[in-house]
Formats: sequence, C-alpha cells, structure tokens
Amino acid sequence: MSLIVSTISQGFIWSIMAIGLFITFRILDFPDMTVEGSFPLGAVTAISLIQSGHSTLYSLLIAFIFGCLAGFATAFLYAKLNVPILLAGILTMTALYSINLRILGKANMSLTKSTNIFNQFGLNKLPTNFNGIILGIAIIALIIFLLIIFLNTEKGQALIATGDNETMAASIGINTTVMKFIGLMVSNGIVALTGGLIAQQNGFADVNMGIGVIVIGLSAIIIGEVIYPDVPLSVRLITIVVGSIVYRIILMIVLQLGFNTNDLKLISAIILALCLALPTIREQFLRTLRNGVKTK
Amino acid sequence: MKPLLEIKDAVKTIYNDDENLNILNNINLTINPKDFLVVLGTNGAGKSTLLDAITGTNQLTSGQILLNGDDITSENLAKRSRHISRVYQDPKSGTAPRMTVAENLLLAKRRGLPRRLRLRNLKDNMPEFKELISTLPTLDNRLNTFTEKLSGGQRQTLSFLMAIIQKPELLLLDEHTAALDPQTSKDLMEITNKIILEKELTCMMITHDLSDAMKYGNRLIVLKKGEIILDLNEEEKSKLTESDLLKYF
Repeated sequence: MSLIVSTISQGFIWSIMAIGLFITFRILDFPDMTVEGSFPLGAVTAISLIQSGHSTLYSLLIAFIFGCLAGFATAFLYAKLNVPILLAGILTMTALYSINLRILGKANMSLTKSTNIFNQFGLNKLPTNFNGIILGIAIIALIIFLLIIFLNTEKGQALIATGDNETMAASIGINTTVMKFIGLMVSNGIVALTGGLIAQQNGFADVNMGIGVIVIGLSAIIIGEVIYPDVPLSVRLITIVVGSIVYRIILMIVLQLGFNTNDLKLISAIILALCLALPTIREQFLRTLRNGVKTK
Repeated sequence: MKPLLEIKDAVKTIYNDDENLNILNNINLTINPKDFLVVLGTNGAGKSTLLDAITGTNQLTSGQILLNGDDITSENLAKRSRHISRVYQDPKSGTAPRMTVAENLLLAKRRGLPRRLRLRNLKDNMPEFKELISTLPTLDNRLNTFTEKLSGGQRQTLSFLMAIIQKPELLLLDEHTAALDPQTSKDLMEITNKIILEKELTCMMITHDLSDAMKYGNRLIVLKKGEIILDLNEEEKSKLTESDLLKYF
C-alpha cells in the first residue's frame, strides 16, 4: 500500500515538471533540452540555500527564478541569435552543468537540515507519503489555475498562436520573439521549481540528476494524450498529471517484476517509445482489422 | 489625391550562384486610396518579394517605402501590421490550426496592437463574428470549429476575413485563390471583390489567373525580372484582351 501511495506521490510531484515541459513541447511546438540542465539547477539552488539557512519557500522561489534565467539564455540563443532550438537547449544544458557545480561546490550534497517543505506547514502530521500527494496537488492546482488564466489572456493567446503558426502570428503583429522568451522562461522556471521540490523530497541534490528528465516529462504528456485524446487545452494540463501518475505506476510494476534499477533509464525510454508509437500501432491494427473484415 | 503607398527606387539584391541578382530592380510604384491593383508576372518576377518588402517580412537592399507620406522602410513587420494586412497563397499560412475560428478572428481583431496581460473578450465579440460569417455560407455556424478541421477553401476564407476584420489601410493578396479548386477559387474571388468594393479597401493582388486579372481591379501592372514592364489604368486595361496580356510573359 505504501509503495502505491509513494508512487502516486512521485507522480504528482513529477507532473509539475511535465507541465513546464508542455509549454515548450506542445504550446510552442519545439523540444527544449534546457530542462535537463534547469531541473538540477533548481535542485542544487534549493539545497544550497536551505543548507545556508534560508527558508524552503525562499529556496523554491530562487530556484524558479534561476530556471527562468536558464530559459532566457536558451531563448536568447534561439530567438535572437538564430541558433537552432535543439542546439540552443543543448548549449544551455551543457553550460548549466558547470554552473550547477559552481552553485553546489561539489557533485552532490545531502540535505542535513531536518527542515524541508514536505515536513512543514502541517504536512508532517500526515501519514507517510501523503505529504507529497497533498503538496503536489496544491502546487499543481496553483500552477494549472495560473496557466489557464494566462493562456486566456491576450498575451497567452499570442503565445498559443506563435506555437501554432508563427508566420500568421508575426503577420498580425504578435512579437513572436518575445513569446518564445516568455514560453522558455516560464517553462524552465517550473522545471527548476520541480527540481527544488524533488531534491527536498529525496534529501539531496546531484548535478547529474537532470539526465533523462525530458523523457520522464514527455512520457507524462504523451501518456496523458493517449488516454485522453482531443480534449481542450485546459483539460490537457490535467491529463498530464494523470499521465505522470500512470507512468510512475508502469515503472513501479516493471521494477516489481524484478528488473534492475540500473536499467531504469532504458525502461523509461522504452515506455516513451511505446507510447509515441501507440497511435501508429493502433491505426495499423484497425486497418488490418478492417481489411480482414472486407476479405471475409 | 495623396497617395497611400509610394515605393521609390526599390532594389532587392540577393547573392546567387556567385553573382548578385536583383530580384527587384529599381521599382517605382504609387498606389492611391481605394485602388485595386492587380499584379501579374511569371514565377521569379519579384511579385512576392515586392509584397515581402511592403509588409517588412524582407527588407529592401535600397530604396524607400512611404505609407501615407510616412517613411516605413525601416519599420518591422509588427509595426507595419497595424496598417497592412496580407493573405498568403497557402491556406495553412494564415490561420492558427489548433485555435477555433472565433479565436482566430479575435487574434486578428487586435492586429498590430500590443497583446496585454488581460483576459481576452471572446464572448462580447461573438455577435460581431456571427454577423461577419453569416454572409459566407462556407463558414456559417463554424465559429467554434477548430481551424485544422476546416477545408482549404474555408481556411482561406477565414484568412481573408482575418485580414479585413480590422479595416487595413492596405490589403495585400498573394495569389490567395491559387491553391483552391476552380469553383472554390471563383467563390472566394467574388467574395473578395465584393468586400473590397463595399468596404472601399485599397488592395494589391498578385494573381496568375489572367481572367481574374482582366475581371477585377481598376489597375494592372506586369512585373518581369524585377521591373514593372506594364502599368495600366482601368480604361487602358479595358481595351486589352487576355491574349494581349500574354505577350508580356
């Protein structure tokens, strides 16, 4: 039972990162590799600040701001210097590795202070792992609420239009460069915030903890879309949370079957590949079925 | 009459095959308010490059563009979009596919204006949008349809409505019926002409269709190798036949 609760708790917290990734991957319509650097950036920032005596909320706020700055760097390379987005993300991600080492002073650091956000604000009175679920739901609800409001503003609509059809957006006077800055900054800010949360939940930060996070985020988004296709944008944000929890449950089942934890990244990649291929497999299956019926 | 648009000594040079090539070669053109100018020319004659220069998508190598007497040569696309709107050839170029027809119209209604951090007002605009599309059978009752679900003709009609919803000072049509089937193309061209005349819009239309070129507009120019080789007013145009025009290609 506690394993299931822990899995669901992980699903909720990781879905925050996936929502951040959704802004670039689905709204702006490009893959942003920066997240593999901004996620540990948030983690090392939060742990360093808490260790030096700052509050957990303050550490998360600074993690968010630093994430926004990482997004700014990628946006500058991409939108101002015309570096292809994939390369711009990889450049920022690579640079962030050194910056993260600078912030932490070493490759990893444990949280020796007893305080973290998961045992504050009355969350410590909850049964084990329920604190992650409650905190996760609270943060997700806040982020989804703010995002839905933002996406329904004139600026938010301009952001959607930029990702949907940049030529059209530019021709009606939308400053698409500014939109790319906004999207990348908010996205990486949310990803770094998640990094700060995960680090507090795990009790440590490691400069390598960003490896593979893009696969985790994409899995949550894709699984959500496979389960709930053709839903409005606001509902899609909620489907990411469902996707994230389902992804964690799949991982839990796989590990329970006896797979080596060293193979976790391989398993994650296979799960994502399967989810991405699912619509094609389903289409081919249906076509075969239809052809079969016709032959008969 | 004060001209709406003046293009003076416009040159656009590109570097191609180890040599400089003038896509626009010293173009001088004046468009007056309410003019409906039709632009003809072979592929590569510089027609779209001329529109790109007017909208600011592509800057001129040299020359000047004046709108209502103001020099807009160095203004960017966003600034110029307050006054100039454009419909592209590809029906997919002019609309946001994952947004509804109404959302697209609302975006276009604020053409050229800053996008603020305030809630969009879709509900209050719906009556206006309903009235706008009620005269167009192809789009009737489609306000809440996602644009990606529309046919090419419907999308191009929407692109046209988006271009004219906030009356532009200059409307640019870049072969906007070329990608459609003959009947849809004919229907859209008639809607275009009707609205241009009703709203007294100033328009510059590129087309490859000689019969459309003869039928619509009050002025006609032919571009060849980046130069204007023929410039006819309505009276001069009426004396020509399609076969006369073919000689210029």
